[in-house]
Amino acid sequence: MAANPMYQFNVYRIGPEIKINNIDISFTNASLFMVISSLAILIIFNLGTKRSIIPNKIQLLAELSYSFISKMISDTAGSKAKPYFSFIFSLFMFVLFCNMFGMIPYSFTVTSHIIVTFVLAAFIFIGVTIIGFIKHGLGYLKLFVPSGVPMVLLPLIVVIEIISYLSRPISLSVRLFANMMAGHTMMKVFGGFVVSLGIVGGWLPLGFSVALTGLEILVAFLQAYVFAILTCIYLNDALNLHH
Amino acid sequence: MLKKIIFQFLALSLIFTYSAQSAESGGMPQLNPEFWISQIFWLVLTFGLLFIILSKFILPKISNNLETRKSQILENIETADKQREETEKKVKEFDKIISDTKVEAKNFFNSERQKVLDDINNKRLSLEKDIEKEIIKAEEEIDQLKKTSQEKVTKIAIETSSDLVKQLIGEDINKSSLSAIVEDLSKKEMEKHNGI
Repeated sequence: MAANPMYQFNVYRIGPEIKINNIDISFTNASLFMVISSLAILIIFNLGTKRSIIPNKIQLLAELSYSFISKMISDTAGSKAKPYFSFIFSLFMFVLFCNMFGMIPYSFTVTSHIIVTFVLAAFIFIGVTIIGFIKHGLGYLKLFVPSGVPMVLLPLIVVIEIISYLSRPISLSVRLFANMMAGHTMMKVFGGFVVSLGIVGGWLPLGFSVALTGLEILVAFLQAYVFAILTCIYLNDALNLHH
Repeated sequence: MLKKIIFQFLALSLIFTYSAQSAESGGMPQLNPEFWISQIFWLVLTFGLLFIILSKFILPKISNNLETRKSQILENIETADKQREETEKKVKEFDKIISDTKVEAKNFFNSERQKVLDDINNKRLSLEKDIEKEIIKAEEEIDQLKKTSQEKVTKIAIETSSDLVKQLIGEDINKSSLSAIVEDLSKKEMEKHNGI
């Protein structure tokens, strides 16, 4: 039933069942919103590539986001991270647009599924690790040995560092997924209150709902930003080995 | 009051979610692996395509636009600087021309005034000289006239007195004695006249 706040996260098939080698890759509502988000990004940024000296509004939007992300990357990961700009840009925009499309009532939030965020985070984790080993060879393992630590504590520190490194994809993916899921569930719950308490008592949860919508839009942006900036920080570790 | 209401809402929400969940079959649909493969497939497809199109076609254009705008702005600032320098130079030249002209005009005015003053001085000097000459000449003439007039007056006096004497007495008298008397008289008169 629609009263169940978790119902909004259900994935269902749209159109026919597609199977390749007995693996189900059917087009679902999740796929639909991935496609919609990607198309929206492509359309908006393609409209923003007009060559004019004085930009119009869409061009200004595209150029401001370009310089925003470019500044974020150079601030956190330095100039060596320039080649990874397009990836981080795509990542930030994809997460942001998926989060924002999720804010439309009766839509589906792609990033509220752990599998999606985990695949993104795992890809980043593996990519960053490969980059680290390519740039520094086995010297990249020095990341786990912080300088200035007493010899006695070293075994413990190294274990902690390795665990914290390995938990990066989990923390990265769970942060985004949990934020999105919690926010949407809360909005659904308060929306349910508005209906169940009726015209007499429904005003307060309605106010909460309105406030939560604003908060969720903020969170949608913030989580995309956090996702991108953490990627930059991991990339910084791989590119500029400090330890 | 508000706390109580919020607490009530939270309690209600718990009841609602519990009842709703117990009515439904699953907990979190996110943990249902039925569509995981499909989601991964579509994520890789859409995100991959998005990344390729953005990095190959769209982002280079945007960065190109930003670069051209930056370089154009720099160029414009450069030309503006150059033109401002030129303007300053021109203004300096203009000021110099104006001050030069002022000096020239002053010099010209001064020299002309000097010339005019000299001219006036010269003319005045020559005029004064002329006037002096005229005065001297006039004085000389006056002196001569004085002299001649005295002589003439004496002569006329002698003649008239001799005529008068002749008519009165009827005979001529010695002219030399007469003239001596007249001269004597006229000298006395002159002295009286001249205030001696």
